[in-house]
Amino acid sequence: MTPVLRTDALTKSFGRKRALAECTLDVPAGRVVGLVGPNGAGKSTLLNLAVGMLTPTSGTIEVFGEAPASGMPKVGFVAQDTPTYANLSVDDHLRLGEHLNPGWDHALADARMERLGLDRAQKARKLSGGQRAQLALTLGLAKRPELLILDEPVASLDPLARREFLGDLMEAVAEHELSVILSSHLVSDLERACDHLIVLVDSRVQLAGDMDVLLATHHRLTGPRRDSLPEEFDVVAATHSDRQSSLVVRTDTPIYDPNWTVTQLSLEDIVLAYMGRRANAAQPRTLEAVR
Amino acid sequence: MIWLTWRQFRVQLAAVGGAITVMLLFLAYTAGGLPDFDDQFLAAFKSDALLGAVYTAGVAVVLCVPAIVGVFWGAPLVARELEAGTHRLVWTQTVTRTRWLATKLAVTGLAAMAATGLLSLILNWWSHSLDQAINAGQKQNGLFGVSRIAPPLFEARGITPIAYTAFALALGVAIGIVVRRVVPAMAITLALFVTVQIVMPVFVREHLGASSATTVITPRNMMGMMASINPNGEAAGEVHDLTVEFEKPGAWLIANQTIDRNGEAHRALPSWFARCVPAHAAAVGRAPFSPQEAAACFQRAKDEGYRQRIRFMPASRYWTLQAIESAIFLALAALLAGASFWWLRNRVT
Repeated sequence: MTPVLRTDALTKSFGRKRALAECTLDVPAGRVVGLVGPNGAGKSTLLNLAVGMLTPTSGTIEVFGEAPASGMPKVGFVAQDTPTYANLSVDDHLRLGEHLNPGWDHALADARMERLGLDRAQKARKLSGGQRAQLALTLGLAKRPELLILDEPVASLDPLARREFLGDLMEAVAEHELSVILSSHLVSDLERACDHLIVLVDSRVQLAGDMDVLLATHHRLTGPRRDSLPEEFDVVAATHSDRQSSLVVRTDTPIYDPNWTVTQLSLEDIVLAYMGRRANAAQPRTLEAVR
Repeated sequence: MIWLTWRQFRVQLAAVGGAITVMLLFLAYTAGGLPDFDDQFLAAFKSDALLGAVYTAGVAVVLCVPAIVGVFWGAPLVARELEAGTHRLVWTQTVTRTRWLATKLAVTGLAAMAATGLLSLILNWWSHSLDQAINAGQKQNGLFGVSRIAPPLFEARGITPIAYTAFALALGVAIGIVVRRVVPAMAITLALFVTVQIVMPVFVREHLGASSATTVITPRNMMGMMASINPNGEAAGEVHDLTVEFEKPGAWLIANQTIDRNGEAHRALPSWFARCVPAHAAAVGRAPFSPQEAAACFQRAKDEGYRQRIRFMPASRYWTLQAIESAIFLALAALLAGASFWWLRNRVT
């Protein structure tokens, strides 16, 4: 099966600033992919590259095995801040979608409008942020893409609208068997919705994998203070107090060392550990405890 | 895509279309009141204030339409989408950037060219007798005496307005794509287009095949000059701007200048030229020099090889010149459109 998204050493620079560096990814089909990272990590850059809004500086990117370009019928996109035409009504947007997409799903668009209760004659400029996001999502869904890409769709929404939007998205995904790539700077947004996670920090991919695998292979180890890190696992993060060491490790093998207490990690803990790793790497790595 | 273009464009189209329709109605309304053509047509035309006002307004509207199209249709066409971010919405529908721009350009461009073309055509029909009168040698001061081949009528009549409109639109679109913001793009478009509209008649058009004629300066053909005579009747200071009669009805007079034996024109002539008094001035007795002195002066000018060179665009060259200038601006428009496509595909992110 062709991966929906595959990148190889994908790099994008704006002038001298590198927005995305050496990104290599392989996103299998049928997943709901969460792309998480702090603001400015390169999430938007990656997604805009995937829909052909940007062209790579170096490296390659393929969507359904082809270089992305504008007007791809298989890919839907809900851009950051969910842009809509301020002077066009809700109905005009649906007609726009109908005119510009051969695969336009009338019934789907109408059903969604019905359910959302949007006034079709209303100009887009008068819609609330949540309503605008729903309109943009409707356009993306009714195109009937095989891959729907959403760039921070809930960033400007209040918690309730966030929950509604994501719930709505998941319902549509289940119904139409879409692959989805969804970015956010909040893990909590993605936790319930996604089954595959990509962590992007400082323009580099720190972690990518299926959610259940990530949860199963990452552990927190706590035990008596150790000044040397154990060799047998991949240590993602380490914190030390006077007497105790606490590690976040990644390993496929069971941990037998009785000195360690092994605890489960939440997805947020894992993501934060990877985000912290990047920040720490900039400083000389020392195990000296802060007393 | 045509539907979307139309949906986004209809207000602007209605605004400009409305203004043009009003102008067309004025022309249609006054057409019946135009005097019949005879050798007094121009005088009769000028004596009717309404006709004069409508003609002036018509010329002004045709001169302004390209700039308006460039600024209000061209500059925002892409810049507004880039500014609002809606290009990210529309380019990710099943439509490529190229087709998107091509449709927008085609619809807007055809509408703009049709509107200008229609107005120019009707104005041409309306002023048919006026052109005929001027080409037949009838004279009037001001706009009503200007031949359609001379600026500023040349760019307001015939087919050049269509080419100017296409050029202005393409200029606005290209600047909008590069600048990416609506208001600066509009300002730059206006500044550049007005510059082109001035540079073309002042510096360029005369090189598109003007005719040249050289004559000896005589008391009869000389019209006048600028010269200073001091109280004791001596020529003082520079003599300049000597002109001779130019009798080519309907032509655009580009230059009427005195050249020396080497064929070079100088701003100042030798001070003895002040004695060359034309016959019409001598006849009214205002000349400070005797007819003998004047005759000697004209003879000296001839002996020393001074002649008058007239550069002009004959009335017969009107449609050729229209075609050349239209071709130039259509080519520029095509070039700008090509650059817009290239920039949109390769540089807009």
